[in-house]
Amino acid sequence: MQQVAGIPTCEMPMTAPDSNSASSAGAPARGPASILAAGARAPGFALHSTPDQVVSLDEFRGRTLVLAFYPADWSPVCGDQMALYNQVLPEFKRLGAEIVGISVDGAWCHSAFSSSRHLHFPLLSDFEPKGAVARSYGAYRSAEGVAERALFIVDGEGIIRWSYLSPVGVNPGADGILDALESMQGEHSHAPATAGATS
Amino acid sequence: VSGSVLKVPVGPKDHVQGSLEAAVILVMYGDYECPHCARAHPIVKTLQRRVGPLMGFVFRNFPLTEIHPHAEPAAEAAEAAAARGKFWAMHDMIYEHQQEGLELEDLAQYSAAVGLDPMAVAQDVASHVYLPRIREDFMGGVRSGVNGTPTFFINGVRFDGDWTEVESFADAITQAAVPA
Repeated sequence: MQQVAGIPTCEMPMTAPDSNSASSAGAPARGPASILAAGARAPGFALHSTPDQVVSLDEFRGRTLVLAFYPADWSPVCGDQMALYNQVLPEFKRLGAEIVGISVDGAWCHSAFSSSRHLHFPLLSDFEPKGAVARSYGAYRSAEGVAERALFIVDGEGIIRWSYLSPVGVNPGADGILDALESMQGEHSHAPATAGATS
Repeated sequence: VSGSVLKVPVGPKDHVQGSLEAAVILVMYGDYECPHCARAHPIVKTLQRRVGPLMGFVFRNFPLTEIHPHAEPAAEAAEAAAARGKFWAMHDMIYEHQQEGLELEDLAQYSAAVGLDPMAVAQDVASHVYLPRIREDFMGGVRSGVNGTPTFFINGVRFDGDWTEVESFADAITQAAVPA
């Protein structure tokens, strides 16, 4: 069972971009799940985090990075997926990982959203060409023109070690990320983690 | 992720209404400053009335402190009340008066109203006596897939249905009572 868009919680977007379509709950994401899986090389990017700052994937070489694609800033609730990750940030850091959020919102929008939620990690703007980075990860919803709710863990060598596609109306939480980070810490080989559920 | 299960089993450290031996245990992860949790509060009461001793209710802390600066002191006050045998009275008091304020003066007033020494509670809040327990609740919630507040678990499985619909929520609870 999946959470139905519209349940008032301190995170759930009350109006997910597809909340009126048949696929919003219960059904799997439209079309075959196409996000990049564990083992694939993470496509590079250089995106604005603020109007005058650019963040690129290369900057994270040698470090573990969580990429959290999400549909949009400003859910009409008091918290959301980014607010949760913000709260869990010390735990990500403890496990040696950094996190960035990515949506198609503009850098000015991200700045305002980020300061309203007191976010302590960057939000990247996949704005021009719109959604190009999300597309390269297979995490773009063409019909709505927004990113999927998709998570990727990229290791220090730029290889995706875990990925997860959530129904767009469901905040996936942080448990999957933390489990995957722990299993990466526990292993010494560079075999892709097996936790890559993309259902 | 979908189908999340409770990683920290309910036990003697938990705040419980009803019996831990009940056929169904409903766990709520909540934040005292979250308006949706305040809205869920009477719904839980309705469920308790409706299903009676079939259900035990457990509350765990999930303060989203970055967006709710009063959530943590409120949780600390409730825990201080718990140490004095007044957890549920304080819990109810905070949710029922959330809109009137959660400043330290308000928490002192609520403490007095449930028959506690407000100074003693304030002291525990100021010295963060119960903060480790609150953080422990929070991390256990994160690891169990709590993705916001309120999040409910019915017999250990995250309830992803609509908790505002009392009928279907009650049905989910009574169904969980039936052995598979």
